[in-house]
This record gives sequence, C-alpha cells and structure tokens, in this order.
Amino acid sequence: MMVRPKHQRLVLVILAIFAVLGAVLLAMWGLKDRAAYFYTPADVVAGKADPGKAMRLGGMVQKGSVERDPDGITTRFTIEDGDARVSVVFKGIVPDLFREGSGVVAEGRLEGRTFVADNILAKHDERYIPPQLGNQAAEHAVGKTVRR
Amino acid sequence: MSRSLRFLPVAVVLILIAAFVWRLANPPDSTVPSRMVGRAVPAFQLADAVPTMPGFTSAELATGKPRLVNLFASWCVPCIAEAPVLKDLKRRGVAIDGIAIRDRPDDVAMFLQKNGNPFQRIGSDPTSRVQIALGTAGVPESFVVDGRGVIRHQHIGPIAPGEVPTILAELEKAR
Amino acid sequence: MTAEAGLAALWLAAALSLLGLVLSVLHYRGTLDADRSVRAVAIVHGALCLFAFAMLLVVFARTDLSVALVAENSHSAKPFIYKVAGAWGNHEGSMLLWVTVLGLSGAALAAFSRQLTSRTLVAALGAQAALALGFHGFLLFASNPFARLNPAAPEGRGLNPLLQDPGLAFHPPTLYLGYVGLSVAFSLAVGAMLTGQVDRILARAMRPWVLGAWIFLTLGITAGSYWAYYELGWGGWWFWDPVENASLMPWLAATALLHSVSVLAARNGLKAWTMMLAVIAFSMSMVGTFLVRSGILTSVHSFAVDPTRGAFLLLLLGIYVTAAFVLFAVRAGSLREGAPFEIVSREAGIVANNLILTVILGIVFIGTLYPLMVEAVAGEKLSVGAPYFNAVAGPLAIILGVLLTVGPLLSWRHESRPVLRKLRIPVFIAAIALAIAFFALPQASILSKLGLALAAGLLPAALIPLLRRNPFRAPLATWGMAIAHAGAAVAIAGMAADSAMTIERLTAAKPGERVEVGPWLVEFVGVTPAAGPNWTAIEAELRATRGGGVHVMKPQTRFFTDPPTETNEAAIDTVLCGQLYTVIGRPDEDGRWQLRLWWKPMVTLIWLGGALIALGGLFAFAGHARRAWRRRAMA
Repeated sequence: MMVRPKHQRLVLVILAIFAVLGAVLLAMWGLKDRAAYFYTPADVVAGKADPGKAMRLGGMVQKGSVERDPDGITTRFTIEDGDARVSVVFKGIVPDLFREGSGVVAEGRLEGRTFVADNILAKHDERYIPPQLGNQAAEHAVGKTVRR
Repeated sequence: MSRSLRFLPVAVVLILIAAFVWRLANPPDSTVPSRMVGRAVPAFQLADAVPTMPGFTSAELATGKPRLVNLFASWCVPCIAEAPVLKDLKRRGVAIDGIAIRDRPDDVAMFLQKNGNPFQRIGSDPTSRVQIALGTAGVPESFVVDGRGVIRHQHIGPIAPGEVPTILAELEKAR
Repeated sequence: MTAEAGLAALWLAAALSLLGLVLSVLHYRGTLDADRSVRAVAIVHGALCLFAFAMLLVVFARTDLSVALVAENSHSAKPFIYKVAGAWGNHEGSMLLWVTVLGLSGAALAAFSRQLTSRTLVAALGAQAALALGFHGFLLFASNPFARLNPAAPEGRGLNPLLQDPGLAFHPPTLYLGYVGLSVAFSLAVGAMLTGQVDRILARAMRPWVLGAWIFLTLGITAGSYWAYYELGWGGWWFWDPVENASLMPWLAATALLHSVSVLAARNGLKAWTMMLAVIAFSMSMVGTFLVRSGILTSVHSFAVDPTRGAFLLLLLGIYVTAAFVLFAVRAGSLREGAPFEIVSREAGIVANNLILTVILGIVFIGTLYPLMVEAVAGEKLSVGAPYFNAVAGPLAIILGVLLTVGPLLSWRHESRPVLRKLRIPVFIAAIALAIAFFALPQASILSKLGLALAAGLLPAALIPLLRRNPFRAPLATWGMAIAHAGAAVAIAGMAADSAMTIERLTAAKPGERVEVGPWLVEFVGVTPAAGPNWTAIEAELRATRGGGVHVMKPQTRFFTDPPTETNEAAIDTVLCGQLYTVIGRPDEDGRWQLRLWWKPMVTLIWLGGALIALGGLFAFAGHARRAWRRRAMA
C-alpha cells in the first residue's frame, strides 16, 4: 500500500502522538500497582497501608528488639515511631549501619500484622557519610525518617 | 491542529521545569538526630576486662570532667585502625575509658599489647548488654560523656585522624 | 601556579565561547562572513579547555593540597592511578571534564566538517558555543575546580573507597564522551533547523557524531552495570536507580536517533523525527546531569547536594531545552517532506523501532520522575523501582527484539520479496528454544522464557545479511549492523538467563561446613583478617568444586579509615558457562557467618553482548568513515 507523501507525514505525526500517549498509558498502568508508598508505623497501625502491596516502612529500630533466628539469616526487629510499633522480619544480610536506636527504611509488604522485608535500607548518619560518589551507605539515603 | 500540537512538547518541558524548581526549593528531609545525645549514660556495672586494669560503673563516669568512652573488641578489625588515633587523643590529655564487647581477657590483653593501651579503665561487656543499652550495635563506637555523666556526642565507627579536631571540640563543649 | 594557569585558561575559554556565539549570530544574519573566524575560535576554545583539564590532572597527580578540590577528594596514600582518576571523581572535576569534551567536540566539528554549507556549520558552531558559554558560567561561578585553600591542608580527606577501582575510574570519562558527544548532534540539529538545511548532507555530517557518542554510551553503561554488579554485592546488574536511568535515557534516544539519521542519510526521509530525536538525546544528557548534581533524586551516584548548583543547572537546562523545542515547533512545518515509503519497507521498520524505543524512553522517564511529581502535587511519598520498570519495559523490549529480526532484511522504500521465508531457520530455532525453556525451567517467568527464545532466534537472524557468496566482501557497515544486532541477542540471552536460571543460597555457616548451590559444593574454610594499603578487612575462604578442580574464593567485608566506610567485596569466579558469586555477611554469637552464594549461568553474556554492540558500532563507524574518505578522494 503506497501512502502519498502528504499523508505520510500525517501518518508519522499520528504515530508519534500514539507513541507518547502509549508511553503515558503504559506507565500509568504499571505505576498503579507497583509504585511503593512510604508509610510510618503510625500509618500502618491506623490501617492506612494495604496488606500485600509493595511499600516502604520507615522509622526507628526499637532498642532491644533485634533478634536473630536460629537459622542465622533471619532477623526480626520492631520499627517504631513514637507510639506505634510494627514487627518486621527479614531474611538476608543486614547492612552495616543497621542498629538499634537508628533510623531505617524497610522495603517489602505487610502480611497480616508483620512486615516482611525484602530489603533493608539503613539510615546513615549525616556527618559520617561524605556526600560523594558511590558511597554504599549513602546510596540508602531515603525519604523522611521519623524524628523524636 | 499542527501548530498547537507542535508546541505541546514545549509545554511538557515547562511543566517539568516547574516540578524541578519545586523540588529544589523543598529538598527532601532526611536528617535523623542522634538519639543518645543529651541523655544520661544508662546505669551499668562492668567488671575488669583484663586483670591489670580496673572496670568501672556508669556512676564512675561522672568525674566532673568530660571523658571519652570507646567501645571496642579484640576481634574488631577497624579498632586496630583506630588505635593510633586513641593514643593520639590520650597524648593530648583526653581521658578514655574502654568497654570490651563480647571479648575474653586473654584476647583483650593481646590486643592491648599489640596496639597499645590508651585507656584508664576497661570494662567487660561479654553479652553486649551495655552496648545495646547505649543504642549501638557495632564496634567501634565512641561517646563524649560530660562531667555529670550525660552523653554529649556520639561517634559511630572508628575515629579517623581527620576527625580528631571534631572530637576535641566536642570534649571542649562538654566542659 | 598550575591551578591559576588552569583557571585563566577557563576564563579565556569562556570569553572565546561568547565571542564565537556573537560571531555566529552575525554570520547567520548576513552581517559578517565569519566562517573562518568562528572555526578558529572553536578550535582554540577546545584547546584551552583541554589545557585547563590537563592542569587539573597535574594538581591531582602531584596531590597539591593547596587546591581545595584535591584536599577534599584525594589523599597522599592513594595509589597514583587513583589520584589521577580522582580528578574526575567529584562534582567540579567531572564538570570540567564535561566542558572539556564539549569544547573538544566543537573544535573537531570546526576542524573536520567539509560538506555542510558555511551557513549551517556556523549556526551549529554557534549553538555549540552557546552551550559552552552556559556551562563555563556554571563552572566559573558555581563549581570552580581550581579554588585554593590557604593554608594548605596537611592531608587530603580521601577519595571515596568505592572509587578505587579501575573499572570505575574509567566509567565516567567513557560516559561523558557519550553524553557530551551528543551535544554535536544537538547543535547540528539546531543549526540545520535555523537554516532549513535538513538533508542527506546534514545526516552524513551528524551520523559519525551520533555513532561515536552512542558507542561510548554503550560501553559506559555496560561497564557501569558490571561495576555495580561486582562492587555492590547484591548479585544484581541493573537497579533502575534514578541515575542509571539518567544514563539509559540518552542511550535509548541515541539508538533511535542513530537509526533515524540513517534513514535521513540514505533516503532523505524522517527529517522531523531525526531533528526531534537529536534535540531529545542531548536534552536527556542535560537532564541526567541535572538529576545527578542537584540532589533532587537520591541514589548511589548522587554528588554533593547543593541547591544553588541545582538551580543554576536547571536554569541552563531550561533555557537550552525550551529554546530547542520552540525552534522545532516553529520550524518543523517548513521542513520539506522526505521520500515516501511503504508499510513494508526498511524505513517503516525503523519507524517501528523508533516508536518502541520512544515508548520505552517515555516509560523510563515517567517512572523516574513520577515520585517527584506525586510529591510536588499530592505530598505523598512513594518510590518506583524494578517491579514497575521490568513489568512495563520488559515486554516492549521483547517486541523490539522481534522487530529486530526482520527489520534489517527489508529493502528501502518497498519490500516486495517474501522476506519472512529467510527467517524460517531462526524462527524454528526460537520455537525449539521456547519449548526447551518451558520444559526445563518451569519456575522461570514467561518474560525470561520469551527472552531466551528471542535471543536464540535473533542471533542467527542478525547474521543473515552477511549470508552471501563472500561475506568478507560485505560492506563494513553491514558487518557493523550484524555484529551489533547479534550483540543485542547475546545480551538478551544473558539477561533472560540471569532471571530464569540463577540459583541463590542464603545461609549461616560455621567454618568447616559445606553449602550446595546449584551444581557446586562450597566449603566454608574460615575467616581471617586481611589488610591493604588503606583498608582492613575480614576475609572468608571458600573452596568450591563442581566435580573438577577446586576454585578458591575470598569474599571480604572491607573497612576503610578515611573516610570511614564499609564495603562488601564479593568474590566472583567466572567459568565457561557462568559465574559463582559469593558474599560474606555478619557473624552471630554462635560463631556462624552469614553467606550468600549465587550460581549464575550465562550471566557474563550480558556484558559480552554490550561489548559486541559497541564493537558493531565501531565497525559501522569505520565503514562510513572509509566510504566518506573514498568519496572525498574521488571528488
């Protein structure tokens, strides 16, 4: 099928618009379920977080709450933000800066009353990390962590 | 149709720039103030870590003058790197108390023999109880404690040579 | 003296870029014939930038601690090569490198361009000078690399330990050659839109720049991916980190541009597309620079967070991109239509290729900036990561791959032969591969199974254009295309294999215990302290066997003192069909150590594929260069 030059330009423009619209629609579809909202323990306790959906939970690691399971690789702890507390379970190697009393953000999902974490981002201490290229701890600077 | 359509990309660019301007003006807030600073040292009693040096209690940290409390261990590799810095601080007149975490007397003695002993007293914390009470989970870590036993500064990780001025300044502030 | 010489050179260069811009404007309006002067100014400008950069290298090589930048980023105990690499391992130095490449590109354009009309070339050089002027301003007023420290520091604050790595030392310069090389395509597009000369001659002038920049971007992204893989210790090779995306987006645009400019060169078609893509590609480079240096998106790569610098960059970016888009909007209508083509033709294939690449680009762009937009508008914080990108971009990449099998086989303008017949064998191979994947890898995702099948079919399909009586007489450019497309197949195979066939074991083991991972039996021998020039570490010894000899692997957790950081040094053993990747974690009170082990079959194909793609580009570059040289010799 031969397209006349004049029409060809129109067709190409329409295709370009479709491409852009297509990108936006696909992005919206993808973001609907896969963007991970950031919640604090207070939000979770108040029921604002949807169970099963990917999310991030941020707060302070409650002192005395860190336990290692006998298998040696599962870590359990509690994230708190003043009043609310959420239990977290994580299977893996915990980053160096993860410690009790320090800020942390966990990525994962809520299953029942426990947060199952796929990834732990330990909050770094501002004065300790030089804001330079490629610092492994600096990579985990995340959104708002709770203040007391 | 063409004309307005062709300016659509320009509009998108301007919207994006607006979003960037907003973000620059409202940077993401990600600071976490240290939790122990301003609180009194939690109560504890530590036995001697090695026979030749006394242990100490939390009350004995309130000597009227600021001190540095250093958590270390013989199995802690960065502590070896920190040792010369602690010696330097001792030379400058800083009083340093050590807490050996999950360690054995023989190992602590060997560590001190190999890396020098900057401490006036060394307490033994074999189960990490004091370590956890102080809100740390790693070694080395150091605290500036003022004359009344209140924690005034927390330093996570080994003290690097470049950070000595900061530590000295914090000790000065704690007077 | 050295630092002052460098700074003086930068000031001179800035003045020259202003002069170049003014002269170009006058030439464009017909007031002056400034052709020779503008070219000369561009060449001297490039030389001055190079000189300034050389001075920066010298002060870093000498660890001149009276220069603030050296004091902040270097250390006398650093190995020499990393001292020098430290020159560009920070914001100011890398910005100077950016400007140097910008200047040198302009100089090369001025020195070697012969076919463009004087008016178009001067307009393009004017655009390049305008770009340089803005970035010089940024350097001189907001990011001076040559500021002095008085008194000089007694010791440097140390280069970040994660940068003490040969791969990473060369990753930024490679990428910058790519990002900033695209500036010439941008300037040529701006110049051509101003003068209306959008034709095959422009395409032939633009193509080597696009190809060259694209080759470097491909290499830089491939190297960066491999570096992140072995350095960050997570076993992953792409994290959809905002700054990774910032490097991917120009690459996507440049790939589309590369194909589009070929259509413009061969058939005088797709004029508006090519101009738009040229503007978008460098705009993406500038957006990337802004994202990395302004602190508005946090990631591994973030440079120092400084809102004033961010604002300055945003201003530059805003002016350049808006101006270019406005120019396009005004001039696109007057571009003369290109030659027509049918639905089944190579041009149509390339249009489809461009469409999909643009959609992927749009998806990555939206995903990267969505958190920012949502927070600005609704105040909610969220993050967008791998689940989104993989789910949306993955299937599109598969579709693109399928198009790749048939596109190169189509003729220009109108394909009337039954081309699909040539693909019988590749389709057959792909079908078999798909069946094997379904049977042997039941737990793998559909996407990865499709990826494996696609790779199996694409590899032979890519080589079909070379099937002739004597393949060695095929044009170099055809070899380039075949190798690059084959490289894509190899990379896809690696990515799909990594997703479908990786086996992971996470365990806590006592010294002496054995762990199985896939076909390997790994014995954990024990842990010892280790030390290096400026680090101490805890090193584990692992002995892995697979029936044959013993592979000894020593993963470490490494502690640096200045600045204090801990890194994970994974131990990776590469065998013919894959890699064994090992990481050591923490001990617990019982003397057990956390170990994380992966067996990754065929994972090295990812980066081998990337290298092949770049190699294909190189062949194509050589082919076009040779043809241009011959054409000139005959004229």
